[in-house]
Amino acid sequence: MVFVPDSEEQVTRYSRHILLPEVGGKGQQKIGQARVLIVGAGGLGSPAAFYLAAAGIGTIGLIDSDAVDLSNLQRQIIHQTPDIGRPKVASAKAKILALNPNVAVETHAARLTGENALDLIGRYDIVVDGVDTFPAKFLINDACFFARKPLVHGGILRFEGRVFTILPGQSACLRCIFRQPPPPGAVATCQEAGVIGALAGVIGTIQTTEVLKLILGKGRLLTNRLLDYDARETRFREIQVAKNPRCPLCGERPEITRLFEHEPEVCAVRTV
Amino acid sequence: MRVTINGKSEEVSGSTVLEILKAKDVSPQMVAVEFNSKMLERDELGSTVVKDGDAIEFLFYMGGGA
Ligand SMILES: [Zn+2]
Repeated sequence: MVFVPDSEEQVTRYSRHILLPEVGGKGQQKIGQARVLIVGAGGLGSPAAFYLAAAGIGTIGLIDSDAVDLSNLQRQIIHQTPDIGRPKVASAKAKILALNPNVAVETHAARLTGENALDLIGRYDIVVDGVDTFPAKFLINDACFFARKPLVHGGILRFEGRVFTILPGQSACLRCIFRQPPPPGAVATCQEAGVIGALAGVIGTIQTTEVLKLILGKGRLLTNRLLDYDARETRFREIQVAKNPRCPLCGERPEITRLFEHEPEVCAVRTV
Repeated sequence: MRVTINGKSEEVSGSTVLEILKAKDVSPQMVAVEFNSKMLERDELGSTVVKDGDAIEFLFYMGGGA
Protein backbone atom coordinates (compact mmCIF):
# COMPACT_ATOMS: atom_id res chain seq x y z
CA MET A 1 0.00 0.00 0.00
CA VAL A 2 1.23 3.45 -0.90
CA PHE A 3 2.56 5.64 1.85
CA VAL A 4 0.00 8.34 2.59
CA PRO A 5 1.83 11.47 3.78
CA ASP A 6 -1.24 12.88 5.48
CA SER A 7 -1.90 9.70 7.43
CA GLU A 8 -0.84 10.36 10.97
CA GLU A 9 -0.31 6.68 11.62
CA GLN A 10 2.12 6.43 8.72
CA VAL A 11 3.96 9.68 9.40
CA THR A 12 4.55 8.49 12.95
CA ARG A 13 5.40 4.92 11.97
CA TYR A 14 8.02 6.01 9.44
CA SER A 15 9.17 9.17 11.26
CA ARG A 16 12.75 7.92 11.76
CA HIS A 17 13.00 7.33 8.04
CA ILE A 18 11.33 10.57 7.07
CA LEU A 19 13.80 12.48 9.26
CA LEU A 20 16.66 11.28 7.08
CA PRO A 21 17.49 13.69 4.26
CA GLU A 22 18.13 10.67 2.03
CA VAL A 23 14.60 9.41 2.63
CA GLY A 24 12.14 12.14 3.57
CA GLY A 25 8.47 11.98 2.59
CA LYS A 26 9.34 11.38 -1.07
CA GLY A 27 11.67 8.49 -0.31
CA GLN A 28 9.16 6.93 2.03
CA GLN A 29 6.62 7.17 -0.76
CA LYS A 30 9.02 5.34 -3.09
CA ILE A 31 9.45 2.64 -0.44
CA GLY A 32 5.68 2.38 -0.20
CA GLN A 33 5.38 1.85 -3.93
CA ALA A 34 8.16 -0.71 -4.23
CA ARG A 35 7.60 -4.39 -4.99
CA VAL A 36 10.30 -6.66 -3.60
CA LEU A 37 10.54 -10.42 -4.09
CA ILE A 38 12.26 -12.49 -1.42
CA VAL A 39 13.25 -15.89 -2.77
CA GLY A 40 13.41 -18.24 0.20
CA ALA A 41 11.65 -17.50 3.50
CA GLY A 42 14.52 -18.91 5.54
CA GLY A 43 17.68 -17.63 7.23
CA LEU A 44 18.32 -14.62 5.00
CA GLY A 45 14.68 -14.19 4.04
CA SER A 46 13.60 -13.82 7.68
CA PRO A 47 15.46 -10.62 8.59
CA ALA A 48 14.88 -9.29 5.07
CA ALA A 49 11.13 -9.81 5.41
CA PHE A 50 11.03 -8.25 8.88
CA TYR A 51 13.03 -5.13 8.02
CA LEU A 52 11.40 -4.63 4.63
CA ALA A 53 8.02 -4.88 6.32
CA ALA A 54 9.06 -2.48 9.07
CA ALA A 55 10.36 -0.07 6.43
CA GLY A 56 6.95 0.03 4.78
CA ILE A 57 7.69 -1.71 1.48
CA GLY A 58 4.51 -1.61 -0.56
CA THR A 59 4.44 -5.22 -1.69
CA ILE A 60 6.58 -8.08 -0.46
CA GLY A 61 6.54 -11.28 -2.49
CA LEU A 62 7.63 -14.48 -0.79
CA ILE A 63 8.41 -17.70 -2.59
CA ASP A 64 9.25 -20.89 -0.71
CA SER A 65 7.93 -24.43 -0.99
CA ASP A 66 8.99 -25.63 2.46
CA ALA A 67 7.20 -26.01 5.77
CA VAL A 68 8.73 -24.78 9.02
CA ASP A 69 10.94 -27.38 10.68
CA LEU A 70 12.24 -27.39 14.25
CA SER A 71 15.84 -27.21 12.97
CA ASN A 72 15.03 -23.93 11.15
CA LEU A 73 14.31 -22.00 14.33
CA GLN A 74 17.98 -21.59 15.27
CA ARG A 75 18.27 -18.88 12.57
CA GLN A 76 15.02 -18.39 10.61
CA ILE A 77 13.66 -15.85 13.07
CA ILE A 78 10.43 -15.04 11.26
CA HIS A 79 9.22 -18.52 12.19
CA GLN A 80 8.43 -19.50 15.75
CA THR A 81 7.87 -22.72 17.64
CA PRO A 82 4.09 -22.83 17.12
CA ASP A 83 4.71 -22.51 13.35
CA ILE A 84 6.36 -25.91 13.02
CA GLY A 85 4.74 -27.76 10.14
CA ARG A 86 3.17 -24.62 8.70
CA PRO A 87 4.10 -23.46 5.17
CA LYS A 88 6.95 -20.97 5.53
CA VAL A 89 5.27 -18.40 3.30
CA ALA A 90 2.12 -18.45 5.45
CA SER A 91 4.13 -18.23 8.66
CA ALA A 92 6.17 -15.31 7.31
CA LYS A 93 3.12 -13.51 5.96
CA ALA A 94 1.45 -13.58 9.38
CA LYS A 95 4.51 -12.01 11.05
CA ILE A 96 4.85 -9.34 8.36
CA LEU A 97 1.22 -8.30 8.71
CA ALA A 98 1.43 -8.27 12.50
CA LEU A 99 4.43 -5.95 12.25
CA ASN A 100 3.02 -3.72 9.53
CA PRO A 101 -0.50 -4.18 8.18
CA ASN A 102 0.17 -1.56 5.49
CA VAL A 103 2.29 -4.08 3.56
CA ALA A 104 0.70 -6.19 0.85
CA VAL A 105 2.12 -9.71 0.99
CA GLU A 106 2.02 -12.03 -2.01
CA THR A 107 2.85 -15.62 -1.18
CA HIS A 108 3.98 -18.26 -3.62
CA ALA A 109 4.12 -21.69 -2.01
CA ALA A 110 6.34 -23.09 -4.71
CA ARG A 111 9.93 -23.66 -5.69
CA LEU A 112 11.49 -21.15 -8.08
CA THR A 113 12.05 -23.07 -11.31
CA GLY A 114 13.21 -22.46 -14.86
CA GLU A 115 9.53 -22.41 -15.82
CA ASN A 116 8.14 -19.93 -13.30
CA ALA A 117 11.16 -17.71 -12.53
CA LEU A 118 10.87 -15.15 -15.33
CA ASP A 119 7.16 -14.63 -14.89
CA LEU A 120 7.45 -14.30 -11.13
CA ILE A 121 10.54 -12.09 -11.05
CA GLY A 122 9.05 -9.96 -13.82
CA ARG A 123 6.30 -8.89 -11.43
CA TYR A 124 8.73 -7.29 -8.94
CA ASP A 125 11.19 -4.39 -8.91
CA ILE A 126 14.00 -5.95 -6.88
CA VAL A 127 14.92 -9.51 -5.92
CA VAL A 128 16.52 -10.74 -2.68
CA ASP A 129 18.40 -14.05 -2.85
CA GLY A 130 17.66 -16.05 0.28
CA VAL A 131 18.04 -19.54 -1.15
CA ASP A 132 20.48 -22.16 -0.01
CA THR A 133 21.51 -24.12 -3.08
CA PHE A 134 23.88 -23.14 -5.85
CA PRO A 135 21.58 -24.19 -8.70
CA ALA A 136 18.91 -21.91 -7.21
CA LYS A 137 21.39 -19.03 -6.77
CA PHE A 138 22.49 -19.33 -10.40
CA LEU A 139 18.87 -19.62 -11.56
CA ILE A 140 18.01 -16.36 -9.74
CA ASN A 141 21.12 -14.68 -11.17
CA ASP A 142 20.18 -15.71 -14.71
CA ALA A 143 16.47 -14.93 -14.34
CA CYS A 144 17.26 -11.44 -12.99
CA PHE A 145 19.56 -10.90 -15.96
CA PHE A 146 16.91 -11.88 -18.49
CA ALA A 147 14.21 -9.92 -16.63
CA ARG A 148 16.61 -6.98 -16.06
CA LYS A 149 15.84 -6.82 -12.36
CA PRO A 150 18.33 -5.73 -9.69
CA LEU A 151 19.38 -8.62 -7.46
CA VAL A 152 20.84 -8.58 -3.98
CA HIS A 153 22.72 -11.83 -3.57
CA GLY A 154 23.55 -13.24 -0.17
CA GLY A 155 25.18 -16.36 1.17
CA ILE A 156 26.04 -17.74 4.58
CA LEU A 157 27.93 -20.82 5.70
CA ARG A 158 29.61 -21.80 8.93
CA PHE A 159 31.11 -18.52 10.21
CA GLU A 160 31.11 -16.69 6.92
CA GLY A 161 28.79 -14.64 4.82
CA ARG A 162 28.73 -12.62 1.61
CA VAL A 163 26.63 -9.88 0.06
CA PHE A 164 26.80 -8.76 -3.54
CA THR A 165 24.46 -6.50 -5.49
CA ILE A 166 23.92 -7.02 -9.19
CA LEU A 167 22.51 -4.55 -11.69
CA PRO A 168 22.03 -6.90 -14.63
CA GLY A 169 23.90 -5.89 -17.75
CA GLN A 170 25.54 -2.99 -15.92
CA SER A 171 27.58 -4.53 -13.12
CA ALA A 172 29.27 -7.88 -12.54
CA CYS A 173 26.94 -10.85 -12.12
CA LEU A 174 27.50 -14.10 -10.28
CA ARG A 175 28.66 -15.80 -13.47
CA CYS A 176 31.18 -13.02 -14.15
CA ILE A 177 32.99 -14.45 -11.12
CA PHE A 178 31.87 -18.07 -10.93
CA ARG A 179 31.00 -19.44 -14.36
CA GLN A 180 28.84 -22.18 -12.90
CA PRO A 181 27.89 -23.91 -9.64
CA PRO A 182 30.61 -25.97 -7.94
CA PRO A 183 30.90 -29.57 -9.13
CA PRO A 184 28.45 -32.00 -7.54
CA GLY A 185 29.93 -34.05 -4.74
CA ALA A 186 32.69 -31.53 -4.09
CA VAL A 187 30.61 -29.71 -1.53
CA ALA A 188 29.48 -30.23 2.02
CA THR A 189 25.79 -29.92 2.81
CA CYS A 190 24.45 -27.21 5.10
CA GLN A 191 23.46 -29.88 7.57
CA GLU A 192 27.02 -31.19 7.59
CA ALA A 193 28.64 -27.80 7.63
CA GLY A 194 26.37 -25.87 9.96
CA VAL A 195 26.02 -22.12 10.28
CA ILE A 196 26.01 -19.58 13.07
CA GLY A 197 22.39 -18.47 13.21
CA ALA A 198 23.13 -14.80 13.82
CA LEU A 199 25.08 -14.67 10.54
CA ALA A 200 21.72 -14.78 8.78
CA GLY A 201 20.84 -11.55 10.57
CA VAL A 202 24.08 -9.80 9.65
CA ILE A 203 23.92 -10.74 5.99
CA GLY A 204 20.14 -10.51 5.59
CA THR A 205 20.03 -7.00 7.02
CA ILE A 206 22.87 -5.82 4.77
CA GLN A 207 20.89 -7.22 1.83
CA THR A 208 17.84 -5.31 3.06
CA THR A 209 19.81 -2.07 3.29
CA GLU A 210 20.93 -2.58 -0.30
CA VAL A 211 17.28 -2.99 -1.33
CA LEU A 212 16.35 0.29 0.38
CA LYS A 213 19.29 2.08 -1.27
CA LEU A 214 18.18 0.71 -4.64
CA ILE A 215 14.66 2.01 -4.07
CA LEU A 216 15.84 5.41 -2.84
CA GLY A 217 18.60 5.75 -5.42
CA LYS A 218 20.91 6.84 -2.62
CA GLY A 219 24.33 5.79 -1.41
CA ARG A 220 26.84 3.51 -3.07
CA LEU A 221 25.66 0.00 -3.87
CA LEU A 222 27.62 -3.20 -3.36
CA THR A 223 27.98 -3.54 -7.10
CA ASN A 224 31.29 -4.72 -8.53
CA ARG A 225 32.49 -5.63 -5.06
CA LEU A 226 31.84 -8.62 -2.90
CA LEU A 227 31.44 -7.95 0.79
CA ASP A 228 32.71 -10.96 2.69
CA TYR A 229 32.16 -11.26 6.43
CA ASP A 230 34.25 -13.53 8.60
CA ALA A 231 32.47 -13.81 11.93
CA ARG A 232 35.31 -15.80 13.50
CA GLU A 233 37.62 -12.82 13.10
CA THR A 234 34.84 -10.22 13.08
CA ARG A 235 36.28 -8.96 9.85
CA PHE A 236 34.65 -7.53 6.75
CA ARG A 237 36.57 -7.63 3.52
CA GLU A 238 35.73 -6.13 0.18
CA ILE A 239 36.84 -7.78 -3.03
CA GLN A 240 36.70 -5.65 -6.12
CA VAL A 241 35.30 -7.44 -9.13
CA ALA A 242 34.33 -6.28 -12.58
CA LYS A 243 31.92 -7.21 -15.32
CA ASN A 244 33.67 -10.01 -17.16
CA PRO A 245 33.63 -9.71 -20.95
CA ARG A 246 33.90 -13.50 -21.06
CA CYS A 247 30.93 -14.05 -18.73
CA PRO A 248 28.80 -16.84 -20.21
CA LEU A 249 25.66 -14.85 -19.33
CA CYS A 250 26.29 -11.12 -19.55
CA GLY A 251 29.57 -11.14 -21.49
CA GLU A 252 30.27 -10.14 -25.07
CA ARG A 253 29.59 -13.58 -26.52
CA PRO A 254 27.06 -15.17 -24.17
CA GLU A 255 26.67 -18.94 -24.19
CA ILE A 256 23.58 -18.81 -22.01
CA THR A 257 20.78 -17.37 -24.08
CA ARG A 258 17.79 -18.81 -22.26
CA LEU A 259 16.89 -19.75 -18.71
CA PHE A 260 17.77 -23.24 -17.51
CA GLU A 261 18.27 -25.04 -14.22
CA HIS A 262 21.49 -26.67 -13.13
CA GLU A 263 21.13 -30.15 -11.67
CA PRO A 264 19.77 -30.01 -8.12
CA GLU A 265 22.60 -30.10 -5.66
CA VAL A 266 23.29 -30.02 -1.98
CA CYS A 267 23.84 -26.61 -0.50
CA ALA A 268 26.97 -25.00 0.55
CA VAL A 269 30.68 -25.03 0.27
CA ARG A 270 34.16 -24.21 0.98
CA THR A 271 36.49 -27.11 1.13
CA VAL A 272 39.43 -25.42 2.75
CA MET B 1 58.63 -14.78 -3.53
CA ARG B 2 56.10 -12.61 -1.67
CA VAL B 3 52.63 -12.17 -3.05
CA THR B 4 49.37 -10.89 -1.58
CA ILE B 5 46.79 -13.65 -1.23
CA ASN B 6 43.30 -12.59 -0.16
CA GLY B 7 44.66 -9.39 1.25
CA LYS B 8 47.50 -10.95 3.25
CA SER B 9 51.15 -10.86 2.24
CA GLU B 10 52.51 -14.39 1.98
CA GLU B 11 55.72 -16.15 1.04
CA VAL B 12 54.90 -18.68 -1.66
CA SER B 13 56.69 -21.22 -3.75
CA GLY B 14 55.41 -22.03 -7.21
CA SER B 15 55.73 -20.07 -10.39
CA THR B 16 52.17 -20.11 -11.69
CA VAL B 17 48.77 -19.43 -10.12
CA LEU B 18 47.91 -23.12 -10.56
CA GLU B 19 51.04 -24.19 -8.66
CA ILE B 20 50.20 -21.84 -5.80
CA LEU B 21 46.65 -23.21 -5.69
CA LYS B 22 48.02 -26.75 -5.53
CA ALA B 23 50.54 -25.83 -2.85
CA LYS B 24 47.64 -24.47 -0.79
CA ASP B 25 45.65 -27.63 -1.48
CA VAL B 26 42.81 -25.79 -3.19
CA SER B 27 41.07 -27.51 -6.07
CA PRO B 28 40.85 -25.15 -9.07
CA GLN B 29 37.19 -26.16 -9.44
CA MET B 30 36.34 -24.78 -6.04
CA VAL B 31 37.47 -21.20 -6.54
CA ALA B 32 37.31 -18.27 -8.85
CA VAL B 33 40.69 -16.59 -9.12
CA GLU B 34 41.33 -12.91 -9.52
CA PHE B 35 44.89 -12.04 -10.48
CA ASN B 36 45.95 -8.41 -10.13
CA SER B 37 42.27 -7.44 -10.18
CA LYS B 38 41.43 -9.45 -13.32
CA MET B 39 39.38 -12.65 -13.32
CA LEU B 40 41.27 -15.64 -14.67
CA GLU B 41 39.61 -18.38 -16.66
CA ARG B 42 40.34 -21.87 -15.42
CA ASP B 43 42.55 -22.65 -18.41
CA GLU B 44 44.66 -19.58 -17.67
CA LEU B 45 45.66 -20.69 -14.17
CA GLY B 46 48.53 -22.85 -15.39
CA SER B 47 49.83 -20.27 -17.83
CA THR B 48 49.68 -17.26 -15.53
CA VAL B 49 53.15 -16.64 -14.16
CA VAL B 50 53.34 -15.09 -10.72
CA LYS B 51 55.92 -12.44 -9.88
CA ASP B 52 56.98 -10.84 -6.63
CA GLY B 53 54.34 -8.35 -5.46
CA ASP B 54 51.41 -9.79 -7.44
CA ALA B 55 47.98 -9.89 -5.82
CA ILE B 56 45.84 -13.01 -5.97
CA GLU B 57 42.28 -13.40 -4.70
CA PHE B 58 40.87 -16.85 -4.24
CA LEU B 59 37.10 -16.42 -4.23
CA PHE B 60 35.33 -19.36 -2.67
CA TYR B 61 31.76 -20.25 -3.38
CA MET B 62 29.44 -19.03 -0.68
CA GLY B 63 26.20 -20.95 -0.69
CA GLY B 64 23.66 -21.23 2.03
CA GLY B 65 20.99 -18.80 3.03
CA ALA B 66 18.14 -20.87 4.37
ZN1 LIG C 1 28.07 -11.80 -15.85
